[in-house]
Parts: sequence; structure tokens; C-alpha cells
Amino acid sequence: MGVFLIRRVLQSVLVLFLMSLVVFVGVYAIGNPIAVLIDPRAPQEAIDQAIHNLGLDRPLYEQYFFFLGNALAGHLGNSFVFNEPALHVIMQRFPATLELTLSAMVIASVFGLPLGLIAGYWSERPVSRVIMTGSILGFSLPSFWVGLMLIIVFSIELGYLPATGRGATVSVLGVATSLLTLDGLRHILLPAINLALFPMALIIRLTRAGVREHLQLDYVKFARAKGLTNRRILFTHVLKNIMIPVVTVMGLLFGLIIAFAVVTESVFAWPGMGKLIIDSITLLDRPVIVAYLLLTVGLFILINLVVDILYSVLDPRVRLSEDSR
Amino acid sequence: MTGSGPSPPDSETTLAVENLSTHFFTRAGVVKAVEGLSLTVAKGEVLGLVGESGSGKTVTGFSILGLVDPPGRIVAGRILFKGEDLVGAAAERLRSLRGARIAMIFQDPAMTLNPVLRIDTQMIETITAHESVSTEAARERCREALAMVGIASPDERLTAYPHQFSGGMRQRVTIAIAMLHKPDLIVADEPTTALDVTIQAQILYEVQKLCRMTGTSMIWISHDLSVVAGLADRIAVMYAGRIVECGTVDDVLDRPRHPYTRGLIDSVPSRNRQRARLRQISGMLPSLIDLAPGCAFRDRCPRADAACGAMPELAERVPGHRVRCFHPLTDEAGA
Amino acid sequence: MSARTAGGPQATAPAAGAETPFRRFAADFAASAVAVTALVTFVAILLIALFGPLLTPQNPYDLAQLSLWDSGLPPGSVGTDGQVYLLGTDDQGRDMVSAIVYGLRISLGVAISSGVIALVVGTTAGIVAGYFGGRIDSVIMRIVDMQLAFPAVLVALILLAVLGRGVDKIIFALVAVQWAYYARTVRSSAVVERRKEYIAAARCLSLGAARIVFRHLLPNCLAPLIVLATIEVASAVALEATLSFLGVGLPVTEPSLGLLISNGYQYMLSGRYWLSFYPGVALLITIVSINLVGDQLRDVLNPRLER
Repeated sequence: MGVFLIRRVLQSVLVLFLMSLVVFVGVYAIGNPIAVLIDPRAPQEAIDQAIHNLGLDRPLYEQYFFFLGNALAGHLGNSFVFNEPALHVIMQRFPATLELTLSAMVIASVFGLPLGLIAGYWSERPVSRVIMTGSILGFSLPSFWVGLMLIIVFSIELGYLPATGRGATVSVLGVATSLLTLDGLRHILLPAINLALFPMALIIRLTRAGVREHLQLDYVKFARAKGLTNRRILFTHVLKNIMIPVVTVMGLLFGLIIAFAVVTESVFAWPGMGKLIIDSITLLDRPVIVAYLLLTVGLFILINLVVDILYSVLDPRVRLSEDSR
Repeated sequence: MTGSGPSPPDSETTLAVENLSTHFFTRAGVVKAVEGLSLTVAKGEVLGLVGESGSGKTVTGFSILGLVDPPGRIVAGRILFKGEDLVGAAAERLRSLRGARIAMIFQDPAMTLNPVLRIDTQMIETITAHESVSTEAARERCREALAMVGIASPDERLTAYPHQFSGGMRQRVTIAIAMLHKPDLIVADEPTTALDVTIQAQILYEVQKLCRMTGTSMIWISHDLSVVAGLADRIAVMYAGRIVECGTVDDVLDRPRHPYTRGLIDSVPSRNRQRARLRQISGMLPSLIDLAPGCAFRDRCPRADAACGAMPELAERVPGHRVRCFHPLTDEAGA
Repeated sequence: MSARTAGGPQATAPAAGAETPFRRFAADFAASAVAVTALVTFVAILLIALFGPLLTPQNPYDLAQLSLWDSGLPPGSVGTDGQVYLLGTDDQGRDMVSAIVYGLRISLGVAISSGVIALVVGTTAGIVAGYFGGRIDSVIMRIVDMQLAFPAVLVALILLAVLGRGVDKIIFALVAVQWAYYARTVRSSAVVERRKEYIAAARCLSLGAARIVFRHLLPNCLAPLIVLATIEVASAVALEATLSFLGVGLPVTEPSLGLLISNGYQYMLSGRYWLSFYPGVALLITIVSINLVGDQLRDVLNPRLER
């Protein structure tokens, strides 16, 4: 387990460096770093000063180390639009995005797993066909369209829920969250459902495939021969086996929907990181774009690493055989 | 009509199968895996059910337990377990019998135990599925069961996972699980086929001892005559979904009457003289989808003739020894 | 008691006449009424897109044909010249039906062309990796894995942020997002097929590597590729629409369905829902029909799911 862990961590660090190199080359070598990092509207002396501070007057490879050092320290330039450190601007909006993605993952799991189990267990009956068709819709429909439909139906026609924005927040441990207020919940419901549809569809399909596959296996037949109830077989024997890949996929999905949140946040005007990046692209606020890039890539690599470790922890065959070395 | 008519249910007959037919309805056609099969197992008796792969012996075992999965189902016949017909019985009734009064042991122990659950979990749940006992009491019974099958230091074994055991050990665990409720009948489907010869011998010995001790009836399914020879009281030989010969182990092995049985016996390597060519039965099992009418062994039988175009009945020429053949071998060991 | 008459349905003998693999495939495919409906729908959509300019009442981007008096009309209204606007008009007087058809042309055009290019690039990479194995395989697959670890939306966004707007840039971004799926699928097939005897036979005949790869290996890897292609085209349509909706996709001069929806978004709250709704429905039908066809293709072509 120890060797495996170290190897995986090293791999992740390597990929991180590679990505930082790619970003560096993209911004500094191909692009015009002066245009990217320094506000072109500033007076000339400020620009010259900034050029010196950022080391842009030095040879390229030295610039990379400057860049890397700055990145690790969190200095990724100032946002042109907000005139604050880019990282700070992004981190301010991070709680909102996190809230949204966590809610979406919870909804996707709470509904997706049982539906997948049902579709897998009664895989020949109409209920399974219905669930599977629903899941196809879930991942093939563009989520912005679904979001629009949700707004049209629930906000405009029925008037139950607000169309856009985030609800009232409450501060917990220094972090603002809107999940603890009724107003907050009313605002988060539609966007969370919208964001949850894609991962839910995948969880349903994955669970169903797993259930169908495992129900054919010998250990299920043996369990039935022992006289166990169907409920026990499904929820203890089969579920435990398929949870392993499902949990790991859920981890990867979490990373995925942080990216998808970009769309949902735009449709529902949710003040998170996603909306920020779209606005930044439109407004050409490049330091924010670069910072967002680095942050998301880093986050992804971290999630992949955690998921890998989780997989080896959950499967006793992997865990125990590693230990016995 | 085939074989013995329905026998009166008596307390000495644990299992009486009458005219069982189990078919699989596949896209390619109907596979008649078991056709018109009848057998009986008395209390405390070991019946060896022998045949090649594809002869229908495993499906027979599953049919008895009610574990035939779609696209297969039992289409005809009765399975009288201590007088009660299991065919068409309620699902809940079957579930309550399985594991408690009728148990099954499968062939490959690597696949029959759930790899992500501990041994104790899988043993205790067998107990609690049929009785309400405390977990501690259940665990105690598991310890005893493991000791009974010859597993030392049962406590360590109980908290382990299946992949940490050897094949022989895993099979002992499944045998222990089968014995937990002291069932009246155990169906063992080739339980030693996947194990080494030495372990095989040990397991056979353990099982025989247990059965004698507890008076459990057993159906031992195998393709290997030599395994069954030392263990069984009676033998039934299956071919293409039907029983072709059945009788006491001595009758069938020493005085076989069906040409197929003769062929099986002759092809066991140890029975051949040194240096002599190994005897084989020529040809292959017929496809069970499009079986021609008449004796299914016709194409491979050296004694076949035009008469074999009709299906022979399972007839009792000699008391207790039945053969399904128009030209059975006589006592002077013909063919 | 004959074996034939004992219970259960009998198997029918195979029909006389050519049972070519294609016919069997077509029969299997047609077993699902849903899939056939989807296929017909999609073909209809393709035809509408191809012959669009001939079918629509007006060219919505020819300003001379527009009449501002007719702007903002709800579906079914009659315009100043007596024409019926089946799906209403937008704020500039464009007939929505025409706008949708033109938008469909662009959406499908971009999606299919990026799909084709991605297929060519990905298949080449995948088959080279699969056939040659070894170091080449590792390198290519490492790149593929790294790319697949990141969600498509993110990769596309970043590329477009760097490259700017324009049809060619969108197509490039879409290709960049899709090629890895093709590469991985083809490589898996190639690795399996490579070990088969007909490849060894071809090698014995001293056929050049390129010939073996393209004439012998590739045709046998086609089945999963076809399935993937349908799914990828559908997701390309969805992705392009999403990017356009977000404002980073196609420029205003080439409005795809996504842009139409985006333009209509602001009018939604004031009740002029048809500006977003109907383009959305058109988008939906397109994507769902392609996906349903792809789903049935997968069931039919994948032997492992045989029941």
C-alpha cells in the first residue's frame, strides 16, 4: 500500500508539472505574456514595473521558474476587471460552486443508485426500459436546454421557484453557505437538479450494468441456494461488489461536474467559479483565466489521485494482496 | 411410460423425482436439457449422478433446488421432497427449504463465495436466514461447523476473506455451510473437480464421514466414475438429458448393461492395461436442440440397429437395475 | 413420445434465401421500433438540413427579406405580407422556422465535419498504437488517457479562450475533444484483432504495414467505431450548442441552434418563450434521435450483450 501510494503521488506531481509547463508555454511562449498578465490600460511606468516584477525581461527558462514560484505562492496576477489578485477572486466564488456541485452529487446518488438497482434487478420489465430511456435523456440532452426548460416550467409558468441567483447565506465556520436557509434551498433546487441529471444518468447506467452482470455470477446462485432472501442478496452481496466501481466513478464524476457547473451557473446566474470563467473569457480577463486553469487542473489531478487510492482501499483483494508483500 | 411409476411417499424416501423435464428456450431453439427424468434417493443414501458435460446432470441439480434461471424452466414432472412437490411450490416455501433442508455444493469454490464479504458474514447469514438466533450463537455454530470439516483455528478463518484461502479450504467452507442446518438432502455438483487429486481424496473422505454421521442423503454429481465409485451407494448414468442406466454401485460398475456405461468405465485410464491404447467412446454428444427421435446414443453405439430409431424405456430387467436400451449388455460382459 | 412434440415453442428453420450479415444486422436493428423511428427522424432532419434553403419561406440572414413590422410575433401569427409565421418571429422579424432550419444546417455541419476529422485523426492514432504496440502504443495511450481525464467542456472552453471565436476554431476544439475517444476505441479493437491469425497470414505474405493496417485490420474494428461515431456526433451537436449558448462558440454571423437559444434566453422571462423553446426542441430531437440510433446499434453489434 505504501509503495503504491508513493508511486501514485509521484505520478500526480509529474502530471501537475507537465500541465504547468503546457500553461506556461501557452501563455508565455505562444501568447503575449504582457497582454495576458498586465492590464494594458495601466500607465507605461506601471507596465514597465510590472514587467520587471514578473521577470518578463529575463530569458524564457528563468521566466518559467519565476512563474512556477509565483504560482506555488498563489501569485497569479491581478484580475483586470476586479483589480484584485486573480486567485482571490476565484476563491471567493469557490464556496458557491462547491455548494452547488455537492448538492448535485447528493441528488444524483440518492436517486441514481436505487433507480439503477431497480433497473438492474427487474431488467426485463417495462420499468427498466423506462428508467433506461430516462437515463439516455439525462446524459444526451444539453444541460443548458434542460435548465431553460426547468426555468420555463417551474419559475415562469408555475411560479414555484425563483429563476436565477443564489439565496440568502449563512456563515458557517467562516464560509458562507446558502444551504441552511429556506430561501437558499429554494434557489439552489433547480440548478442542483439541472446539474445532477448527467451524473445521475451515468450512475443509473453503471449500477444497472453492474447488477445485471453480478446477478449472473456463481456467488449469487450459491447465495440463493443457501436460502437467502432476494433483498439480502441484492443489498448486501451484489451492492457491496458493485459499489467499488460505482464509488470510484462517483469520485470522478464529482470532478467532472465542477466543470459542467460552468453551464448551469450561466443559465441560473449562480455566482460561482463557472460563471466567473465565462465572464472572464468574454471580458478577456486573462489572469483569471490562467488562474482558473491551473486551479481546475490541479483539482482534477488531486481528485483522480484520491479516487485511485480509494479504489485500492475498498477492494479487499487489492488491499490485502498489497499488504502481504 | 418411463421408469418407475410414482412411488408411494414413504418416510424412507427423501427425494423422488418423477418425469422431470427442464427446457431452455433460447433464440437458437429449445434446448431439452433434462427430459423425462426419474430418480429416487432414500434416506441416508448417496446417489451418484454421472455423465459427460452437457448430459444435463447440473441442470438436474438446479431443478431440484428450484434454481433454474431464465431462459430455462421446468416444463413437466414432479419433484417430491419428503412427499411435498417442489415444482410449482411458492417461492417463499422454496427459499425456506434451500440451505436448511436441501443444500447445494457447487463446483468452483473460487466463484461461489462472495469475494468482498468475510467468511463469517457468509456463514452467519445462512443461519440467520432460517432461524432467529443471536449473532454470537450463530458464530459459535459456525466455529463448530468449520471444525467438523477439518479446518483448524476456525476463529482466524472466520474473519478472513475467501481469496485468502486455498481451493481445498474454500470447498471445505462451502461444505460446512451446506451442513449448517443438518439438511435432509445435499446436492453436490462436482465439488472436487476443481481441486488437486490429494485434496480430492481428503474431501471425499470428510464428506462420506459426515453423511454417515448425520444420515444426510446426497446426490453426488460427477463426470468422474472413479470418484463416485468409492462414495456412492447407487449410481444413475445420464446421457443427453435422460437416465440411461441406474442401479447399485456394484451392479452398474461391475455389470454395466448400457453400452454408454460400458464405454465410460472402459475409458477410465486406470482400468486399462499398461501400454494398451486408451479406449474412447467415438463421436460426440448430440446437440440438445435438434435431437433426432430414438435413442440418443445411437450414433456412437457399436450395437445400434434399426430398432434403435425408437426411444427405449427405462426397463428393469434385473431387480433394482434399470437400463434404457434395446440391446443391453448381458452379464457375460459383451461388446 | 418424440422429442419434437414435448412442450415449448419450436425453433423455426432459418429462412431460405441469402442471409447476408447485412440483412441479419438490418433485421436485428429493426427489432426495436423506437430505433427505427429515431433513424427515420434523423434522416428527415438531415434532409431538411441539406435542402434547407430550398424549403424555408425566407432566408433569415438576408436583411432585405425581413420586415421589422413583423418582429416579436408569437407562433401562428400572420405577417404583414400574409405569410404565416408557424413558429413566430424574433426581435428582428426573422421567421423562426427559417432560422431554425438554417441553424440546424450549421449545427449539423459543424458537428459532422468535426466528427469526421476526429474520426480520421483518432482512428489513425488508435490503429497505429494498436498495431505497432510497444513504445508507440504507450506514448499515444498516455496522451489519450491524460486528455480523457479532463471533461470536454473544460478542454473546449480553454482552447476557445486561447484561440478566439470562429468556425474553424470551434471545429478544432471539437476535434480536440473527440479524437481521444476514437483513438482509444480503435486501439482496443486493434489490439484484439492484431493477435488473430488473418493478420499473421497477411504478414507472412510480406504485405506492407500500411496495407495490412488499412485493408485488413481496420475493417474488422469498424463495429464499435460506428457506434461511437453516432454517439460522438450527438455529443458534438450538444457541445457546440452549449459553447454557443455560453457565448464562446460560433460567432454571431453563423448562428447555430445554440446561439438562437442563447439569443432567445433574455426574452424568456418576459414571456417570449418561443425564441428559445423551438430551437431547443429542434436541438433535442436531433440529439435524441442520433443517440437512440446509436444505442440500438450498440445492442445489435455487441455480441457480449446477447441475451
